[in-house]
Amino acid sequence: MDYGTIGSIFTVAVFVFFIGIVLWAYSKKSKAGFDEAANLVFDDEPKQKSSSTNRESSDNE
Amino acid sequence: MSEMTRDHSEYNYDVVRKFAVMAIIWGIVGMGVGVLIAAQLIWPALNFDTPWLTFSRLRPLHTNAVIFAFGGCALFATSYYVVQRTSQVRLFSDKLANFTFWGWQAIILSAVITLPMGLTSSKEYAELEWPIDILITLVWVAYLINFFGTVIIRKVSHIYVANWFFGAFIITVAVLHIGNSLAVPVSLTKSYSIYGGAVDAMMQWWYGHNAVGFFLTAGFLGMMYYFVPKQAGRPVYSYRLSVIHFWALVSLYIWAGPHHLHYTALPDWTQSVGMVMSVVLFVPSWGGMINGIMTLSGAWHKLRSDPVLRFLIVSLSFYGMSTFEGPMMAIKTVNALSHYTDWTIGHVHSGALGWVAMVSIGSLYHLIPILFNKPGMYSIRLVNVHFWLATVGVVLYIVAMWISGVMQGLMWRAVNADGTLTYSFVESLEASMPFYFIRFLGGCFVVTGMLLMAYNCYKTITSEDKAEAQDAAASEAQPA
Repeated sequence: MDYGTIGSIFTVAVFVFFIGIVLWAYSKKSKAGFDEAANLVFDDEPKQKSSSTNRESSDNE
Repeated sequence: MSEMTRDHSEYNYDVVRKFAVMAIIWGIVGMGVGVLIAAQLIWPALNFDTPWLTFSRLRPLHTNAVIFAFGGCALFATSYYVVQRTSQVRLFSDKLANFTFWGWQAIILSAVITLPMGLTSSKEYAELEWPIDILITLVWVAYLINFFGTVIIRKVSHIYVANWFFGAFIITVAVLHIGNSLAVPVSLTKSYSIYGGAVDAMMQWWYGHNAVGFFLTAGFLGMMYYFVPKQAGRPVYSYRLSVIHFWALVSLYIWAGPHHLHYTALPDWTQSVGMVMSVVLFVPSWGGMINGIMTLSGAWHKLRSDPVLRFLIVSLSFYGMSTFEGPMMAIKTVNALSHYTDWTIGHVHSGALGWVAMVSIGSLYHLIPILFNKPGMYSIRLVNVHFWLATVGVVLYIVAMWISGVMQGLMWRAVNADGTLTYSFVESLEASMPFYFIRFLGGCFVVTGMLLMAYNCYKTITSEDKAEAQDAAASEAQPA
């Protein structure tokens, strides 16, 4: 195989990999996990300020 | 998940404190040297006929000090802080953390000594000679082990997206630094790159542009993904978008280097690939910028009362601006006009002063009260003054360089009917002089802002007040 062929295969593989990531990121299954991860920023705050009041009612994904 | 809250005393804030304070100090030094060399371009006598005060030696000192000393310390501080808080666990190793702090300061000090002496490998942004390069490698490997060690022992199931960006930054900088710095030493202070000719140039800009892409972008995006949501009190606009943003950015950036070598001995196809990849990079860059700014959707009013948040959001605006400008300048026909002119310097500073410095300053203002257990910054008014000094300074700087750069490009390419050049080089230099003064003025604004920051932080750290609850400072104590 010459460099051109290897390069083409690699390009297609990266493209497919990226499409896979997009599908995974936007699948319904990932939503709950992502919400949990997004709130890690607030999760270790002291108790007296519960994170729900701090975060207001955000409709961000 | 408030049952997962933890006592902050279990975190290692000591190393974060040290890096945060040094970031401010090195910021003043690095930007101060920048103002000095900007002044030398107007008043050449300011080198006092001393070799180690000449522009040629102080310019690499300026770039190394602002990128690796100021930016580096800010990255160490924030990454060590964010990885602990979002993993809810203390740093993997306090000893390694201390080693990275003292090692990094030793590297900076040796740069401050060797660069004015004229000791340089002559590779841009990688000027330091081989013994220092080896020390950088050791410190970086310790950093890598400590960061990923902390991620591995995390107490939560997810790895927060900021840590993905910090992780990519740490791994890639290790690869770039080792790849580009390979050299044959001939003495303690002199070495020759193992690469030659066009290959050396390509290695250099593979390193150089990814220093921009990973050191100056991915790392600071990690900062953005923690401090913007934290300061705004809302989770990031779209976590999905942040995942796509991450993978698109890390898979594209690595190809953009050849745009530094348009119309050189580099093979034509390599230049074209570099151009196309640089243009495509616009998409993830703006995806990330929009994600950061939109985190404020529904809470825009906070910008009115919170100058720290303003620093963070305006930094994202500059990020968006320079990541539009960059892909445009990478197009070969545009590059034919912009290359080797002041436009490039303007572009770099809209990214470095507008994005990198302002997101760091915002993060540091958020961090300082928390790290030292204070209810808030000593003076929010001074933070506000700093914000305006920084913004006006950056705008003066980049507008001056835009005008000067485009003018230079047009003057250099102007030809008479008989094919001779219309202008000599010196004529274009004379035309740039007023803009060099405006640039110097902009720099003075920025440094003045940094000095105010140092005073404000000093007063905060030495005040007697104690925060009631740790962290209250961050999300609530934001008086108008």
